[in-house]
Amino acid sequence: MAAPPETNIRPQQFLAAQVRWHPLEIVFWVATLAPFYFFPSYLSLASQIAIAALFALSLDLILGYAGIVSLGHAAFFGMGAYTAGLISKFGWGEPLTGLIIAAFAAGLVGYATSFIIAKFRHLTLIMLTLGIGLLLYEAANSASWLTGGADGLQGIDIWPIFNTFDYDLWGYTAYTYSLVVLFLVFVATRRLIHSPFGLSLRGIRENAVRMPAIGAPSESHIRTVYTISAVMAGLAGALIAQTTSTVSLEALSFERSADVLVMVVLGGAGRLYGGIIGSIIFLVARDQFSGINPQYWLFWIGLLLVMVVMFLPNGILGGLARLKWLQRGKP
Amino acid sequence: MSALALSTRGLDKSFGSLVVARGIEINLPAGERYALIGPNGAGKTTLINLMTGMLRPDAGRIILGDDDITGLKPHERVKRGLVRTFQINTLFPRLTALEAVTLAVCERRGEGADWWRNLPSYRDAIEEAYAILASLRLGDDCERPTHELAYGQQRLLEIALALATKPKVLLLDEPAAGVPQEESGELFAAIANLSQEISVLFIEHDMNIVFRFASRILVMVAGAILVEGTPAEIAADQRVREVYLGSAHHG
Ligand SMILES: Nc1ncnc2c1ncn2[C@@H]1O[C@H](COP(=O)(O)OP(=O)(O)OP(=O)(O)O)[C@@H](O)[C@H]1O
Ligand SMILES: [Mg+2]
Repeated sequence: MAAPPETNIRPQQFLAAQVRWHPLEIVFWVATLAPFYFFPSYLSLASQIAIAALFALSLDLILGYAGIVSLGHAAFFGMGAYTAGLISKFGWGEPLTGLIIAAFAAGLVGYATSFIIAKFRHLTLIMLTLGIGLLLYEAANSASWLTGGADGLQGIDIWPIFNTFDYDLWGYTAYTYSLVVLFLVFVATRRLIHSPFGLSLRGIRENAVRMPAIGAPSESHIRTVYTISAVMAGLAGALIAQTTSTVSLEALSFERSADVLVMVVLGGAGRLYGGIIGSIIFLVARDQFSGINPQYWLFWIGLLLVMVVMFLPNGILGGLARLKWLQRGKP
Repeated sequence: MSALALSTRGLDKSFGSLVVARGIEINLPAGERYALIGPNGAGKTTLINLMTGMLRPDAGRIILGDDDITGLKPHERVKRGLVRTFQINTLFPRLTALEAVTLAVCERRGEGADWWRNLPSYRDAIEEAYAILASLRLGDDCERPTHELAYGQQRLLEIALALATKPKVLLLDEPAAGVPQEESGELFAAIANLSQEISVLFIEHDMNIVFRFASRILVMVAGAILVEGTPAEIAADQRVREVYLGSAHHG
């Protein structure tokens, strides 16, 4: 029937359609500006959400795309936070260079550990990430001469961004700064997952046994993505240090690793927006419930998590996508 | 005699006390189609695992063309042209068939780590992947996720993934396993139509197919090659009849 060149256009268009920006994505990013105009009293919460979303995006890249489950991702978040805090404490408070140096430091730790990470899978891998996370936590705890230990890092002084925008009480600058970094990293991540490398990552997630059998250097791919993810987590950690001028051991804690995992799973792993939606839900819920009942807000998160993993195995976004698909499937 | 595409020298492998490979010597000349047959548990799949590097042999060497590849990692062997398929589907369930084969093509071309350009801009890789799928009659379903494909289509995708690596030597582990008999002939016809530059060693239980498509047959029993010969020689071999064919005589 159709001539061969014609039939070859179709598969390419099919793949191109997946890469295009969806109108809902544009709506979403425009909506992230809403706090400036409608909820100015929530700007500092919004800034925390943007940072958590960046952290969740970094976890989603390894978890949702390459299938690497980590229980110790706070290691890189904390590394970024402490690096950003320390360089400002020792006299260099310029935020953008601080951000880059912190990301680099986190990436370095990510790269070093990636050699172990790439060799294992399943429970061993999870325990390795957990172990590395605990290791860094205790290292920071015992090096209190440097990190302030349990008291947290004191004396952080961040200069205004571009020497102009100082951190105001309301959090206009903090949210703008966090949101811009989140958006830029998001755009880069979006490109990455739609590239051949992104396809290879999904290949590793879908079948780690087949990858070497088609000639793919899985271990090298894992090392690369793990390092990139560590850099992203380091950026998030640095942002929290710079926008709040505090760093505590909490930045390296198991709880932070667990929270970010919950955010990604709630929103939907492997969906780019999953971690972002998850962090919005998680932090808004924490903000609202802890007002009502400070001790027990985790109960509601726990309940939500149980419901989501039982009934929406692909997270909230996965559930929504399914709804849409069902509607389209109707005659 | 034509040059050897793949050979093994004294391959040994045991799982604990179970010997699954015992001094295996295989010589696969370039462009030939050899069959490897033997009863269940004879060690056929294990032999493919040894040759492709998915298992480490206790002793022995594997030579691809002129090179000793015994120390290479599995993906490095694939890069050299030694490629396998799996007896049990080992696919990428949530990738579409097109994505899966494009993935294999991109990896072959060394583009698997490119992270900045969009996949659709790799037009020739996609076209090549589509052409492979179309040649195996998967073109119309290439946009469906692998797990939604019919079982027989998934068996064909196993082969499509292997072809995307441009193999020199193809090891097919029961490519028609689980496929109804009517369809398995068709599947093997596709294999027979592969370029003569590809040397093939296939495992298959259906003796009709083996006799039809193999130029030579290796019979494996309990981890050792019992006999090797042309289809006619194997059909006439008394020992093969006893241990493998039983009393029934096919072909
Ligand atoms: N990883 C392993 N560990 C222990 N034993 C194994 C392992 N892999 C295979 N075996 C055993 O080795 C023997 C040979 O298995 P293999 O899969 O190679 O047989 P086969 O000839 O491919 O059989 P079939 O025709 O059923 O596919 C079997 O007894 C099997 O149980
Ligand atoms: Mg087998």
